[in-house]
Amino acid sequence: MTLLGAILTQILHVALMLAAAPLLIGLVRSVKARLLGRRGPSVWQPWRDLLRLLAKRPVIATSATPLFRPAPAVALVATCTAAALVPSFAGGMLFAGAADLLVIAGLLGLARVVQAAAALDAGTAFGGLGASREMAFATFAEPALLLSVLIFAMLAGTTNLDAVAASLRDMPPGLRVSLGLAAVAMLAVAVAENARIPVDNPATHLELTMVHEAGLLEYSGPDLALWDMQAALKLLLWLTLLAALFVPFGMAPEGAGLVGWIGGLLAWVGKVGVLAIALASFEVSIAKMRIFRVAEFLGAALLLALLAAVFLFVSTGLA
Amino acid sequence: MLTALVLIVAALAALAIPAAALRRADVVHAGAALLCGAGGVVALAGLIGGAETDTVRLPLGLPWTGMVLAVDPLSLWFLRIVFATGTAASVFALADPPAKGREAALATPYPLFLAAMALTLLAGDGFTLLLGFELMSLASWALVLARPEDPESRRAAVLYIGMAGLGGACLIPAFGLLAAPGMDLTFESIRAAPPSGMTAAAVMALAVLGAGSKAGLAPLHVWLPLAHPAAPTHVSALMSGAMTKVALYVLIRLVFDLCGPVAPIWWAAPLLVLGAVSAVLGALRANLETDTKVVLACSTVENIGLIAVGLGLALAFRATDQGTVAALALSAAMLHALNHGLIKTLLFLGAGAIQKGGGSRVMDRLGGLAQRMPWTTAAVVIGAAAAASLPPLNGFAGEWLLLQSVLAAPRVGLLAFQIAIAIVAAMLALAVALAAAAMLRLVGVTLLGRPRTPRAAGAEEVKRPARFAMAALAVLCVVTGLLPGPLLALLDPAVRALVGGGIAANAQWLVVRPAAEVPGYAPLALLLLMVVFGLAVAWIMRRRAVQGVVEGPAWGCGFISPPPHLPFGDPAAQYGAGSMAQPIRRMFGAAVAAREDVDMPQPGETRPARHDAVWTDPAWTFVFDPLARLRDVIVDRADVLRGFTIRKMLSLVFATLVLLLALIAMWEHK
Repeated sequence: MTLLGAILTQILHVALMLAAAPLLIGLVRSVKARLLGRRGPSVWQPWRDLLRLLAKRPVIATSATPLFRPAPAVALVATCTAAALVPSFAGGMLFAGAADLLVIAGLLGLARVVQAAAALDAGTAFGGLGASREMAFATFAEPALLLSVLIFAMLAGTTNLDAVAASLRDMPPGLRVSLGLAAVAMLAVAVAENARIPVDNPATHLELTMVHEAGLLEYSGPDLALWDMQAALKLLLWLTLLAALFVPFGMAPEGAGLVGWIGGLLAWVGKVGVLAIALASFEVSIAKMRIFRVAEFLGAALLLALLAAVFLFVSTGLA
Repeated sequence: MLTALVLIVAALAALAIPAAALRRADVVHAGAALLCGAGGVVALAGLIGGAETDTVRLPLGLPWTGMVLAVDPLSLWFLRIVFATGTAASVFALADPPAKGREAALATPYPLFLAAMALTLLAGDGFTLLLGFELMSLASWALVLARPEDPESRRAAVLYIGMAGLGGACLIPAFGLLAAPGMDLTFESIRAAPPSGMTAAAVMALAVLGAGSKAGLAPLHVWLPLAHPAAPTHVSALMSGAMTKVALYVLIRLVFDLCGPVAPIWWAAPLLVLGAVSAVLGALRANLETDTKVVLACSTVENIGLIAVGLGLALAFRATDQGTVAALALSAAMLHALNHGLIKTLLFLGAGAIQKGGGSRVMDRLGGLAQRMPWTTAAVVIGAAAAASLPPLNGFAGEWLLLQSVLAAPRVGLLAFQIAIAIVAAMLALAVALAAAAMLRLVGVTLLGRPRTPRAAGAEEVKRPARFAMAALAVLCVVTGLLPGPLLALLDPAVRALVGGGIAANAQWLVVRPAAEVPGYAPLALLLLMVVFGLAVAWIMRRRAVQGVVEGPAWGCGFISPPPHLPFGDPAAQYGAGSMAQPIRRMFGAAVAAREDVDMPQPGETRPARHDAVWTDPAWTFVFDPLARLRDVIVDRADVLRGFTIRKMLSLVFATLVLLLALIAMWEHK
């Protein structure tokens, strides 16, 4: 019965993540449009775009190597695998035992490296620009992320996401300075990883300011659809991850029945929705920063995470 | 088993004779490949069979003890690294055209180099270990000096022999301090009476300096980026892949084994600090260098740093009686040593193949090789992904375990140690991210993009033996990445003997756990998920997406098309080695004193503008340059001696004699 539940939740979770990812992009765009006083397209527009792109014949650069076409598929597969591991509405999914935070970071790293390699593949200037910047940002984001993981490992005794979420959910409520600081650090990392304002502008049309988009300039048709899906899924994954770590309340525990799942589902939709609206409001209220200011932005996240770790050491030392 | 290994080492050393007599490099390489392959099989069989410690005494070497050879699980593990990489490198060398004249003479030190590495690992007493270690340095030095007419090669060889001298100057006194009464240097007698207090600390410091300089621990890493690329490809592969591991073995043997089972916690400090600094500095330099082999040598410095951090953590855990976590850290370090040996050998062979096929080692003269060299590309991409520690390859497995032991480190309890660990953790993550950027740059600039020279555009795939060697190593990288559990089980006896705990119970085929009852790393489950999603994406792309493609010139945001005399486009209109490094150079430039010199001509001048990016390794600025100045001062002062009259000279000699006699008298009295 538990096994059946685990399989069922896993399949449902993957289906939900895949279906909801483009909707999330649509939601963020639509909220941003409303906040700017426009009506904006419907939330279904990203789905329509994906289907339209699938039907368009791709143009491939003659200088592209044989690695050009498999690249988006590899990145999407890595992101899907990571997304399958991050619990959304229920804990104790089939692959919960493999849902290690470092593994998820590694899979996202795989997607990032493949994307940067694909950007370099056709041998154009803008691709290299995007690739070099994306990899440079990651050098600041990774240490901040690892220090946040260190905090969870100390609190929960493991780096397994499912176990961390469960132990944070069962923890007595109270103000935790370390978790708060870690949350700010992880939010900054999430903004950078998903190429959102103020690190990067997902809606820019000026190539010189692009980071993520610059790598995709040579892609078209179904290949571009895979990249768009990958980016959407990554955003949903990060919001779900933040929800699972910092507001794990409402998530159905292992072995919960149908009622628990429905409750968890509603809680997840609510949490991700609130985070998406917060993201949209943040993006319309702030300007993109200069490229070398990003190092300061992520460096601050790193320092916050370090501070959070030190706070935790001191407080556990005193207790 | 020990007999078989000793015979293999003797046969390897004997291969030098036909090499010198016949001048047939191909015979030597084929023989070395066969012998290393046999040695690898024997070592693996020994590990699987649960080898006991075995000792044999040969009537060679020191007259009062003879030469003691021994195997235990620790030396078997490292023997396997040496033999596996040695086999691949020798097979790769078979693809070389038949060498003539001086090139063929290079075949003489090559089997000696392999035999010396194996001898170091098989040594059962201090004298044999030092003999093997110094022979290894000497043989590889002869190989580094492959092209004496090249000033770079000469400079590398001079620096290398100097560093090798430093290694010997540290390790010989270390064994002198360890020696049991009666200058008994056998490991058994040293273990029976391990040193204590300041003597042990001195041995540890000398071991870190001596073995660390050979392994490439900062700030003694400066010779690696010069010497490793100077040697022929298969030798540089072995120097990075195997020789640094032999140095690590000496470090582990001295610090963990011969210094006894008790060590204070502060012993961890030098390894943690130097390891973290090496990791960051090596990875940063790998992003700035422009020569493929130099990039790889810098990446070796980074990985040695990671392994040193693992060793340091193991010492800290052992000092606080946390056997299981100490075993986790030590297993992580030793597993990463194997993984890095495979990865780096593969990548160096790949760089050699690129040099052969594409005609250069300089990244800015390559590009677009993926079109013409599919085998090399596939192998190098796998190796680079493993070196960038991407799941599910072996680099990630090792680093996952290492990071787990770092995350477990705050349990040691001291606040100062905990804060240091948090900083070390951040530095390791930085190093891993920088390494990923460096590997992407290596692959992206040399293999992807458009050719930057006509020679690169006309690149040719390398011959079959070379392809085979690279393919075998790539397969090994994947397999060891998917099955870290069985490997850790093989490591268990060695680790158990050194730190008193083991993690074999937590390392299964499917999942590797950092501790009992805790979820862990399950590479096969990840692979299953990836295969399922891969099939789903492939199905959608076949069934739901439009088929067929249109080929066209790269869009490049409306760049004008290149002139007709540039059939591959303007090679400068794409990112190269320098431009890929630019964001990282700007962000981390302070660490390497990076500076950008811009020389802009005035309006009306016709000379071209120049933009130079310069940087220096802080090890030169802060360690070696002051040392060189100190040396000059001492030499100047010592020059006074030359002006001495004969009377003064004689009294100096007499005074020295009296001083030495007084020292001996004091020693005897004690």
